[in-house]
This record gives sequence, C-alpha cells and structure tokens, in this order.
Amino acid sequence: MIKDRAAIVGIAESRFAKRLEASESELAASVVLAALDDAGISPAEVDGLASYTMESTPEQELAKNLGMQNITWFGQVGHGGGGGPATIGQLAMAVATGQCRVGVAWRSRKRGSGKRIWADRAASAQLVTAANWSRPWGVVRPVDETALLTQRYMHEYGITRDHLANVALACRRHANRNPRATLFERTLSRADYMAARWVSKPLCLFDNCLESDGAVAAVITAADRARDCRHAPVLIHAFAQGIGPQTHSMVNYFADDPLAGTAATCAAALYARSDFQSADIDVAQFYDSFTPLVLFSLEAYGFCGRGEAGAFSDNGALEIGGRLPVNTAGGGLSEAYIHGFNLINEGVRQMRGASTAQVGDARSCLVTGGSPVPTSAIILRRDNA
Amino acid sequence: MSDLLLPELDELTAPFWEGCRLGELRVQQCPQSGRLIHPPRYRSPFAPHVAPRWLALSGRGAIWSAAEPHPPLIPQFAALAPYNIVIVAADEDPAIRFVGNLVASEQAEIDSVAFENIVIGAPVRVVFQPVTDADGTVFAMPRWVLVDPG
Repeated sequence: MIKDRAAIVGIAESRFAKRLEASESELAASVVLAALDDAGISPAEVDGLASYTMESTPEQELAKNLGMQNITWFGQVGHGGGGGPATIGQLAMAVATGQCRVGVAWRSRKRGSGKRIWADRAASAQLVTAANWSRPWGVVRPVDETALLTQRYMHEYGITRDHLANVALACRRHANRNPRATLFERTLSRADYMAARWVSKPLCLFDNCLESDGAVAAVITAADRARDCRHAPVLIHAFAQGIGPQTHSMVNYFADDPLAGTAATCAAALYARSDFQSADIDVAQFYDSFTPLVLFSLEAYGFCGRGEAGAFSDNGALEIGGRLPVNTAGGGLSEAYIHGFNLINEGVRQMRGASTAQVGDARSCLVTGGSPVPTSAIILRRDNA
Repeated sequence: MSDLLLPELDELTAPFWEGCRLGELRVQQCPQSGRLIHPPRYRSPFAPHVAPRWLALSGRGAIWSAAEPHPPLIPQFAALAPYNIVIVAADEDPAIRFVGNLVASEQAEIDSVAFENIVIGAPVRVVFQPVTDADGTVFAMPRWVLVDPG
C-alpha cells in the first residue's frame, strides 16, 4: 500500500489562455521549475518523471533544460484525460518503493491555439480504439461520442438540461472567484446556458470544456522529506486506475452497461485502498471535458445512486456551501482545459487551505480522470503529523 | 468524393463490410457460449481459447440513443450538419449495438430525419447505402429506417 507514504510538495501552472506564444516545451520547462521552486527543491534533485503519452516534450528534453542530473524512474500514462491522476499515483508508487526520491509530473498543452485532434484523421484513429465503428456515421468528436451517452442517460433517468446546467454554473461560479481562470470575469446565468448554441444535441456550448493553452506541474516526494519542504505536505492517500469489463473507451456503447464506464472499476479499487469513503470526501475535482461526465462521476464514486446525480446536483449542491463542492477553481469547463491536470493542483490548494473557493476545513479531496476512457483517481488528504 | 472516415479494412472489419455489400448485417458469435460479439474481436471474450465465427442478424433493432452534431466539424460532415447519429440495439441481443444514422428512406441523406423526431425505443430496420471513399472504395453503409414510418 502506498497510503500516505508520498506527498505533493510543490505545484505551479502557467497563465491559461486561448493562445500563448511560448511552445509546449518552453511552457513545460518553466512550469516544472516553478513547481520545484514552490517546493523549495532544486531541479538537480529530481530523479523521477511522469507524464501523459500525449505529452510532446520528452523526459530528457525537460531534464537537460533544467539541469536535472540522473533520472532513474520515468513513465507515461495513456488515454488522454483518463491518465492525469495516474501520473501522480504512479510517481507515489515509485517514491514509496524507492525507485526515485523526487518526482515531477506535468502536462503542457496548446489545445487552444493548436490542432483539434478530432480534425486529424490519423491522430484521432489512434485515440479512438473503436473509431472504425463510430466515425463513418459522423460520430467525429469526443462531444458527439459523449452526446450519445448523455441522451441515453437523460432518457433512462429523467435527467434534464437543468441538471447539466447545474454543473456548468457551479464551475463558472468557482472560476469567477479564481483570477487564474480563463473565464474569471465572465459570469454565466441559467438563461445564458439555455440560450447557447448546440455543439452536439443534447449538449450545448457550455457543456463543453475550454480549448486552452497552458501547462501545470506537481512535485512529489516521500512524506517524511515532505515535512521539511516549504508548504505543509498534501499526502497521496489512495490511488487506483480502472478499465472495466469490455471497455471500449469513449465509444462505450458496445459494453454490456455503457453508462457504468471505467470509473466504476476505478472507484471500487480506490475506496478499497482508502480510509476515506465517499461520505468522508470533503471536496472533489471531477474530470469535466463535458458536463455529463461530472454527473456520471458523482454516481460512479458513490456520492449518490445510479441515475440520482441530476437530483443530487440541484440546489447548489456542487457549489461552495453545498453538499459536495466540485471543481473549485472552475475546472476544465471554466478555468482551463489542460487535460485535467489543473484539477490536481486545485486539489492540492484545497488541502493547503489556499483555494480561491476554499471549502472550510476540507481534509480530503478526490481527483478523478476522464471516464469511460481507461481512467484513474487519487484521494489527497491533509497531513495530521 | 470526400473522405467520410470510412473504415480501415482488415481481418476484423472486412467480414462485416463484405456482409453489408451482400445485404447482410453480420456480427460475430462465440462458438462455445453462443453469445454475440460486436465490434469484432480476435478471440471470444466469453471463451478466449476459441475464435469467434460470423453470422447474419435479421437487421432489426430499436433506437437506443441519438444525438445531433452541429459545427465545428470536419468539412465533409459540416456540409451535412446538423445531421443525426443514433445507436441501435439489435433485436437478437439488445447488448449488441451499432452506431448509425436514421434516414427517412433507403435513398435519403443523414440529415433527412430531425433529432426531435427520433424516439428512443422505436423499431428500425437496416438499409444499405452505397458510399464511395476518397480512394474509390465503395462501401455499403448500414443505416436505419423506421419499421413503421407512420
């Protein structure tokens, strides 16, 4: 068990925008350096690196720019936004088993000014495992894949656009308190949501995450070392990944139970390794490339029963002061879409008591990756030592 | 002719598309359990020591879900937008589902039925529409029409 044996001790992010001038590699180098500065650890001490397979900056490029010396553990996690929490979890495993002492995980991405992957036939064919069975009929983008699952979900459980709007509005209200958020100054009303243009019916513009340029990084080390760093350590309490029976990634319509997703598998393993169960989680950062994914996650991670997430989300439940505040920096929907990595940093801020939408005395935070792609999740907690 | 993202033909996909060319909607079956399998696999997940075989379904099913893409899309689909996309559950086994489009008739385009008029659960039957890929390959695209157009 890696329970509480490693901690996040440094975090940083670049400015978030639709377009940044710096390259992905330059953004990666500056944000990793800033995260190490936040921890008070020299780049020369870094000996572990974890990233997404979609990351464009190879490990040695980062290492040679920042004067890292000997990297003795490195790994990448696949499946796009499903892999974010796994970069942290796998580094925690490496630290806990002595494979490295100081690890850095990061994501640098220019998805705002760069290419839309779904518009590139070869690139999207690699991403969508069952592409042959969906794209020829015009299921071209991730939003189309999600729209089909959402419409079924609405039909089966009486979920409405008002429930989806609950997610969009919670994220936006949290972004409106976060000066780093791309949409910090842009308010969103329920009427704005209802009047928005369609992207893939039943999903409208505000059900979609931002298209962002930016980079985010986090530094991990052993819990005892962490207690000597600049900030109070944020312990990596539990970690799990998930691929369920007959998973088909984003086009999960071919599974026996398409609405269950990979998160159900991940959640069961996560809670089995955790002292915190869903009722003990104070705040959550759910992967939110699309609003319905937050509703699916509320169910998969046990905050309510199957089909109950719509009702759960009513009456401000997902906002500060509600039953389970989510995506408290604005998330992918309103802060920035950096493949979900900014959700990790916001989880750290909550555990440091330093969020711009701080949840009182929050002591535990769930951070999830995307589902139904192969997914991952971590539970972060404050240090009691 | 435009690139409509038609499938790569390989040992897993070719038998399906060959079936379509002959007017059959084919899926795999596990020889041991009899269970149907789609999309195709190299091995039966229900008995991984045996290779699945192919069989033809009736081509009847029911709408399981639907959506309506709007731009921005790749140009070849933007030209048809908004159009519908549907998932159809096969009558033989509702866990066997196909991504497709609901069309008003055997010759109609994928924008011929409005999203608002698609009813989840409605009985449908398969039709095959000839479509030519950018490289000249002709596919018989399985699409769906209502069994009872009312």
